[in-house]
Amino acid sequence: MKKILILLFCLLPTFSFAGEAQDMAENPELEKRMIVLAEKLRCLVCQNESLASSHAELAEDLRREVRELMQKGMSNDEIVDYLVSRYGDFVLYDPPMKSYTMLLWFGPFALLLVAGLGLFFQLRQRRETVPEANLTPEAHQRAATLLNEEDKS
Amino acid sequence: MMRFLLPLVIFIVLAGFLFVGLGLNPREVPSPLIDKPAPAFTLPQLHSDNKQFSTADMKGKVWLLNVWASWCVSCREEHPVLMALSQQNIVPIYGLDYKDKPEDGKMWLARGGDPYVLSVMDREGRIGIDYGVYGVPETYVIDKQGVIRYKQIGPVNQQNLSEKILPLVAELQKQ
Repeated sequence: MKKILILLFCLLPTFSFAGEAQDMAENPELEKRMIVLAEKLRCLVCQNESLASSHAELAEDLRREVRELMQKGMSNDEIVDYLVSRYGDFVLYDPPMKSYTMLLWFGPFALLLVAGLGLFFQLRQRRETVPEANLTPEAHQRAATLLNEEDKS
Repeated sequence: MMRFLLPLVIFIVLAGFLFVGLGLNPREVPSPLIDKPAPAFTLPQLHSDNKQFSTADMKGKVWLLNVWASWCVSCREEHPVLMALSQQNIVPIYGLDYKDKPEDGKMWLARGGDPYVLSVMDREGRIGIDYGVYGVPETYVIDKQGVIRYKQIGPVNQQNLSEKILPLVAELQKQ
């Protein structure tokens, strides 16, 4: 009986800890999820920093907001929509494909295509314009011997 | 001829784009809230915190919502402009004291003058987030239906006041 009591008393601290430990295990997960999401979002104050790495006060507020929205059970997409509806697409590092971002998404490929076509026609035109060398038989002979000498050396 | 002309044209086009880019302000992010209903809020007033102010009270009026703070440096720049505007009685200006201590806000208004019909306190910046505030000062022109029609990012000055804000206010008041 005494032993069981001692054992129970020994276990007591673990019980009292259980509540706190669980809380701590819950928060880091949320924090991790928040950081992962915040890395994809732009801080509007210091525009070249993500929401996750910025020390601006607004970034802190927005991280708090994101944390709270997560606690409310909103999905990442819903949180992103929430922020976009307030701050615009600019908060996203990854610009969405829309009618006015077409140039951004496809402009480089269009440029590549234009440049490639330009190069293709330029090269074809050059092949046509470079004249075939007209050689007299003697000159032809001389060229052949010179080339042969080159081969032997 | 062509081999000199083409690079020149490309250069001029590129230089043109870069030149225009130089003149743009990267801090001016277009707000998605333009032509959307202004987010509703009810907040305690700065000067009498037992009284509330709600956006619903403003239905049927054209008004300006100016986001300011005692800690905001550019607000000093726009403050005389707002003071002059408030004396002209053209459009009521309401202040949103953003992330400020009430004492500091009151002191700042006592010192420089109070252009606002009243100011409300957004101590935690939550209403600021709803309005997409990212750089104080910001000013919203809100129409009679409670729709945001224009957002001025950064200080209000004579130029944007006479070119954009006042003509828009006059047009909205006629509706």
